Amino acid sequence: MNNSKNMIKYDRAKRNKRLNKISIPAEIIINIILGAFCLLCVIPFIFVIIISFTSENSIRENGFSFIPAEWSLQAYEFVFELGDQLWRSYFNSFYITILGTLLSVLICVFYSYALFRTDFKYRKFFTFFCFFTMLFGGGLAPTYVVSKQLLGLSDNYSAMIVPALLSPFNVIIMRTFFQTSIPTELIEAAAIDGSGEYNTLFRIVTPIAKPGIATVALLYALAYWNDWYLAMLYVKDASKIPLQYLLMQTQNSVDYLLKNSSQIGAGVVKELSKLPQDSLRMALVVLIVIPIACAYPFFQRYIISGLTVGSVKG
Amino acid sequence: MPKALNTAKAPSKGFAKRKKNLILLSMVAPGAIWLILLRYIPMFGIVIAFKDYKFYSKNPTFINNIIHSDWVGLKNFEFLFTTTDSWVMIRNTIGYNMLWIGLGLVISVAFALMLNEITNKFVAKAHQTLMFFPYFLSWIVVSYFVMAFLDPTRGLLPHLFKDWGLEPVNWYQDPKPWPLILTISNLLKNTGYSTILYLAAITGIDKSQYEAAAIDGATRWKQIIYITIPCIKPMIAVLLIMNLGKVFNSDFGLFFTVPKNSGPLFPTTQTIDTYVHRAIFATGSMGMSAAASLLQNIVGFVFLMGANTIVRKIDEDSSLF
Repeated sequence: MNNSKNMIKYDRAKRNKRLNKISIPAEIIINIILGAFCLLCVIPFIFVIIISFTSENSIRENGFSFIPAEWSLQAYEFVFELGDQLWRSYFNSFYITILGTLLSVLICVFYSYALFRTDFKYRKFFTFFCFFTMLFGGGLAPTYVVSKQLLGLSDNYSAMIVPALLSPFNVIIMRTFFQTSIPTELIEAAAIDGSGEYNTLFRIVTPIAKPGIATVALLYALAYWNDWYLAMLYVKDASKIPLQYLLMQTQNSVDYLLKNSSQIGAGVVKELSKLPQDSLRMALVVLIVIPIACAYPFFQRYIISGLTVGSVKG
Repeated sequence: MPKALNTAKAPSKGFAKRKKNLILLSMVAPGAIWLILLRYIPMFGIVIAFKDYKFYSKNPTFINNIIHSDWVGLKNFEFLFTTTDSWVMIRNTIGYNMLWIGLGLVISVAFALMLNEITNKFVAKAHQTLMFFPYFLSWIVVSYFVMAFLDPTRGLLPHLFKDWGLEPVNWYQDPKPWPLILTISNLLKNTGYSTILYLAAITGIDKSQYEAAAIDGATRWKQIIYITIPCIKPMIAVLLIMNLGKVFNSDFGLFFTVPKNSGPLFPTTQTIDTYVHRAIFATGSMGMSAAASLLQNIVGFVFLMGANTIVRKIDEDSSLF
């Protein structure tokens, strides 16, 4: 009796299109809470954009403000005029990101493919060999010295690529992706048809695992793009530093931006005194975040799928 | 292709097997070599923790330095524990971690549950996108965000404080407000990430369970308590174990860049990782740095194993391994 009453209620709810949902006021409250948090997440970036368009005089008088007294393009004019170092660093960041990601993905796909192959004799050993480094490591001091003295990672691009080439976490993601998307029969069938191991990997497995590879590639690319620590440890030469480290340097002094300027000489010194210090810094931040902000909506989906696969099955 | 077919048929079974393993070994090789060079060789460097590391003046390579440095036993560890610095950095590391593990868990599970209740998929997607955005920024960029609010001469807060007639706070000199500042920075940057992990776990739950519960008259709230939470419990456990395993580690970027490396803030911003870094590059004490790293490794390992064992005792399916 009671049950049928519930059934009627259920049917009515279905007709109202709010089948098994929370009430409308509750949903509004939820939206307000989440909306407030989202606002907090993006407000700092919007604030920095506003500052970058504020005139230096207005900053000197009122400090940073959401509603500046006077707008100005000064900072961006300076960046485009004197920003040789910035463009140099832009190039470095792109170069490191692209080359590093290509190499990393190749190494990661090879390594995780072998770990995925259940008929690989040394599979257990190499699985442990990789994942053990997640639990235990030599620490910063020995790693730094070994990299610098033994591997010669100092003041060159490889210093910012080699130490980040492999990430055990990404190997987990890639291996899990192979395990969930590639049936073992497929590989057996390919072997019976006489396909070599490399042929199987490149012609049969890779096309199927494309979404997984995209995820891992994006995770690597993001890590390379956002890295400043390796540059701080190993690189002194201003012509090789990436964007993030440039940003770190300009936190102390905006003059760093002029290091590679083509207009070295009296002109620069004159310009230096006029440099819009604060808005210029913030303009740099904006120029660095923009590539990520533009690409983000497109790669978000891949990153989410990768992170969920990696941590659920890890 | 036909050529490959012929060669594959010819060799004996044992040979083919050996050949396959060799080829797979060649695939593992680049990664394995990297692991040896950048992860396993440095592990031998741990001996520095038990030595008085000095530069060997005749030929100062790393190996020579190690060989010609004197053994000092556990002296580096003793130093580490007798200075007040060590207490501060251990307290900060564990304190922040515990606080953020707890806060992060509650907030991101709550947010994931809320996101799941939103009927309009477009709105839910927009929330998710905005919330996840800060995760993709580097700590350097975030440190500029923080600076925009706190900078002593230009920052928004000092100016507002002046306008409201409040006593000025020198944010980059006064360690007291930093636990709050670091907590806010960390939550804003990382909540989106864990929210999305939990949301993925929630959307993976079989919908028919909810329908059955609704027919039986369970309210949405009851469904969350009796269906959703039990279903995402393994996920919560896995993330908890992984976080507890890292309880002696800290996010170096956050603690190093956001307080702008400011000395007066060390009482509330120094963690083991920043200490390890500063010990090498600022004070030049390799031995202490290595000792701190080793301690960090061992404690992390013990915590990970301990957390996993406890979870396995409570709920076998939820444990990591």
